[in-house]
Amino acid sequence: MNELTAHDSFLLLDRLDKHFAGLHVTRDVSLSVAKTEIVALLGPSGSGKTTVLRLVAGFETPDSGSVRVEGEDVTRQPPERRRFGMVFQHYALFPHLSVGENVAFGLEAQRMPRADVDRRVAETLAAVDLAGFERRRIGEISGGQQQRVALARALAPQPRVLLLDEPLSNLDPTLRERTRRELKSIIRRVGITTLFVTHEQEEAFDLGDRVAVLNAGRLEQVGSPETLYEKPASRFVATFIGRSSVLAAAWEPAGGGARLAAGPVWRAAGGEGLAAGTPVDLVVRPEGLKLDGAPSRDSVAGEVIGRRYAGRSASFDVALDKGGAAEVLGTTDAARPGDRVFVAPDPAGPAPRVYPREQR
Amino acid sequence: MPRNATARQSKIQNPRSKISGFLLALLLAWLVCYPLLLTLREALGPPGWSLKYFSEFLRRPDEWQALWASLWISLATVVLSAAIGIPLAFLFERADFPGRRALGTLIALPVVLPPLVGVVAFLFLYGESGFVSRAAQALSGSKEPPWRLAGAGAILLVHAYSMYVYFYLFTRAGLARLDSAYLEAAAALGAGPARILTRVTLPLLRPALAGAALLTFMTSLSSFSAPYLFGGTFRVMTTQIVFSRLNGDNEMAMVETATLAAVALAGLVLLQRAEKRREVAGAIRGTPPARRRLRRGGAVALAGWLLALFLLLPHATLLLVSFVPAGTWTIEPLPPVLNLANWASVLTQTERLRPIVNSLWMAAASTALALLLGFAAAWLAVRRKSAWRGALEALVAIPWALPGTVFAVALAATFSRNAPWAGRFVLVGTAVILPLGYLVRNLPLTGRASFAGLRQLDPSLDEAAASLGAGPWRRLWRIALPLLRPALVAGASLAFITALGDFVVSIVLYTFDTRPISIEILSSLRMQDVGAAAAYGVLLAALSAAAFLLWGRRDEQSLP
Repeated sequence: MNELTAHDSFLLLDRLDKHFAGLHVTRDVSLSVAKTEIVALLGPSGSGKTTVLRLVAGFETPDSGSVRVEGEDVTRQPPERRRFGMVFQHYALFPHLSVGENVAFGLEAQRMPRADVDRRVAETLAAVDLAGFERRRIGEISGGQQQRVALARALAPQPRVLLLDEPLSNLDPTLRERTRRELKSIIRRVGITTLFVTHEQEEAFDLGDRVAVLNAGRLEQVGSPETLYEKPASRFVATFIGRSSVLAAAWEPAGGGARLAAGPVWRAAGGEGLAAGTPVDLVVRPEGLKLDGAPSRDSVAGEVIGRRYAGRSASFDVALDKGGAAEVLGTTDAARPGDRVFVAPDPAGPAPRVYPREQR
Repeated sequence: MPRNATARQSKIQNPRSKISGFLLALLLAWLVCYPLLLTLREALGPPGWSLKYFSEFLRRPDEWQALWASLWISLATVVLSAAIGIPLAFLFERADFPGRRALGTLIALPVVLPPLVGVVAFLFLYGESGFVSRAAQALSGSKEPPWRLAGAGAILLVHAYSMYVYFYLFTRAGLARLDSAYLEAAAALGAGPARILTRVTLPLLRPALAGAALLTFMTSLSSFSAPYLFGGTFRVMTTQIVFSRLNGDNEMAMVETATLAAVALAGLVLLQRAEKRREVAGAIRGTPPARRRLRRGGAVALAGWLLALFLLLPHATLLLVSFVPAGTWTIEPLPPVLNLANWASVLTQTERLRPIVNSLWMAAASTALALLLGFAAAWLAVRRKSAWRGALEALVAIPWALPGTVFAVALAATFSRNAPWAGRFVLVGTAVILPLGYLVRNLPLTGRASFAGLRQLDPSLDEAAASLGAGPWRRLWRIALPLLRPALVAGASLAFITALGDFVVSIVLYTFDTRPISIEILSSLRMQDVGAAAAYGVLLAALSAAAFLLWGRRDEQSLP
């Protein structure tokens, strides 16, 4: 999906800034979400992703910046007037109410007539595959069912935007993948604009039309999974998304790449405009490297110190003689721990990218 | 725009909650702090800041004796209560024998019974004309009663009898929290049972024991009923204050009140430190060790039941005496006549029914108001994060630390003069002053329940309700209150029981028309009408026990 311009946007986060206890938790976060689009907020813990979601929901007020829906500024509106549905990490189902009463809660707040409430509750529960669960107690149903009740409760009042805070983190891994598929199909069927928070890349890539990567309160990059993986805009995104190795190098425009400490120059993208000799981090995917038995002009010598078997292939950890380590994807019989090997870029794989070395 | 940066705010900072927080803090300060400050002011003067009465207080040996008596009686109570409560807790938590459960609940009961009722029951059992001394007298053939239930020994006996419960409950809770892995680790390292007890179990229990010790100390320091009825010429601070007032020595009563308040506040500081340490220990979680089925389970059960009988004997005595008609029991070891005459007169004669009605309505009104104020304070402090939250929590907690006598005297002094511009009105002598006194004393009970309940409540429940379109009132009504109900009901029932059985505040502030049950018990005793006193006592005990058993036990499961 291509980048959206502001006039397409249904939900717009405009330069959101928030401090807690002197800590800058979100800085200048801007994001525009199209109608019915699903956007994942992905980041490590402490990156501010939950704060962004809470700012959108109205549980927090930004120090500056605004939240707009359909052109309406809701920044100063209390959560109860925003008509946003939210699924909480631990679901926050009301323990003293039944499943049906939980789902009816938002409809009753709208003062919907009783008969309509009952009908809508039944419909919504059916949509999440829990038809007839109205009278069950919250404590009686499984974690996966609780998750779906939370979703039904959020969807029943037909909100403008659906917000999900780590919706799958509370489920055990065997259940997670199936629930993720169900969640995806329900959201698609309802066709609701969705913003969700996760720290799992797989979840973000599977559910999100686009993924917004957050780090230390800053939005590092927003884009489709392919864009993030193939053209990471920062060293953080390059290392946070997918597996990669980081090698110290110096930019060498003449060679169209970067010179490694060990000597060879590897072709690399992303250094355009840098002065020759600028220290850079060269980030390379495991499938961008190969193992050779003999030295070549491009290769770097090292020793295999670990091997992880993964079916058709294996990944090898190589300690490089001149410092640093690289993860290389190869055939399962390419090498064994203890072998001397030569690591070289694989022209068939994705090219390494360079990023100016971060000042420490 | 200034930001509150100390905590994650779950709400837009509402200027209204700042104003309402301020107004509530002001109201609570007027109720709680203002009378205390006025008392201090009067103790330091007059005229001006002469400290005249303070220096007189310091010169008088009887004042020093009363202060010293308060302190040593309280310390001795701690030692005695620990000696009874701790072994009991080990027995009931670590051993298993028939009847353990029922008995374990039964022996915790004295804590909810009004102190005055326990004191009167002791009087009927062990007093000069009580059953035990009559029996001893009959056996020895003596003309004189074998002993007199008076002085420090009698006070200590009653204190130990009612306050061992704190040690018993705290130690049991501490033992239940103790992870058996510590004990197993110690055993695996070769430590024997005695070594495990002294090197592992007791050190881990230390915070719980410190909490129980200070609670016992504070309760004993503010104890009034036992010293008042058994003390005679032996005075502690609480009784000294009341006698000073009876002698018309109001200024000295103020000085004594201020001194007692200072001692109690020092105790509170210590208690809060102990509580902080206890929270750290509370982080230890795991499985408590399995109960051992005792080899001589039958013998232990028998001993346990005998003990329970011994502990409940005073109340059984009270029940028996309530059936003794006035003037029928003179020198016989056992009462010759038993009938329902006392009960009939107490429950049918308007004048005798009056104290019961008074106690019930005053306790109900003060509890309802205390619940309202306590919950409002907790709501503004915890949920709305009012700028006044620290003040609100402190104001609600202060009356808990101060003896009832202190508040009674302070309220009497403050509300006996009409100065509306200074927030003073003549309430003494009206029907308002006693419920007001009960209200102040009840604030910590309802307030603590509200604060603790709200803090335990997952804030995302409120957020979920808000995101579903529910406004603040709907969220309060549909989410917070139903979920907090068990905590609030438990706090309210404790408050109700305290107000119903109150003697300390009542004796300072009552009028003939508003006399509560406790005062009627006292005057019945004075008029030698022991049967009526016993009937009132039984009624008070039964009402308290009923309130406790019906609502007082907190239903932990219903909290998320």
